[in-house]
Amino acid sequence: MKLRRDVFQAIADPTRRTIITLVAMQALTPTAIAENFDYSRQTISKHIQILTECEILEQEHSGREIYYRLNPDGMKDIADFIEPFRKLWDDRFSKLESVMKNHLSNK
Amino acid sequence: MEQHTKIDALEGKQELTITREFDLPVELLYKAYTEADLIEQWMGTKVIQLDHRNLGSYRFETSHNGNIMFRASGTIHKVVANEEIVRTFEMEDMPIGVQLEFLKFEKLTDHRSKLRIQIIYKSEKHRAEQLKLPFAYGLNMAHNKLQEILINLK
Repeated sequence: MKLRRDVFQAIADPTRRTIITLVAMQALTPTAIAENFDYSRQTISKHIQILTECEILEQEHSGREIYYRLNPDGMKDIADFIEPFRKLWDDRFSKLESVMKNHLSNK
Repeated sequence: MEQHTKIDALEGKQELTITREFDLPVELLYKAYTEADLIEQWMGTKVIQLDHRNLGSYRFETSHNGNIMFRASGTIHKVVANEEIVRTFEMEDMPIGVQLEFLKFEKLTDHRSKLRIQIIYKSEKHRAEQLKLPFAYGLNMAHNKLQEILINLK
């Protein structure tokens, strides 16, 4: 029996996590992804394949090129998709609060 | 710890809202959005230009070791002191596109206030692009942290 790949398997590998970060910024071709690594093109293709099977990456065809992009629906399974966004704003607003409290006492 | 900031992003919508209560009078909360040196302090970005008025505009830029990491700008459509800011926001070189932001400032008591930001994206997909940025970044950070801990355990 072939084990179904899951997202946790996908993010367990540092190379695959780097690929996720790269395509989160913009859709990339396999060649463009591979350029960021010293590994062979085959190794990177394998990682891309695993990420696609886990539905973390999705393909986008543009002319003869295939681009890979992050699939937000696949990412939802990992954890709360919104939590890092919330955390970012929470930290930023906490900073605002302390900056303005300082501002008040310095007046 | 208690979560102060709330995000509402309903499935199938192209908008989201960010809500947060502050231990600040509403005048101070509003002021944090109107002065360049204050924005720089809490946003952690350089304010290249800020023309805080009806039909005004603004530009932010962040660089690291001489490289520009982040550039964003927008037009300020409408301002009502201590009550409301309506503006656009767009990050350069990102697939998120321009977003429309309604910032509502509300006085709760003399010392407490509330901010509600409603952000409208071009489509649900553009909203997803926005949400996945900190997600991927956070994922990488968390794993780097984990790796650090594991290395230290060795």
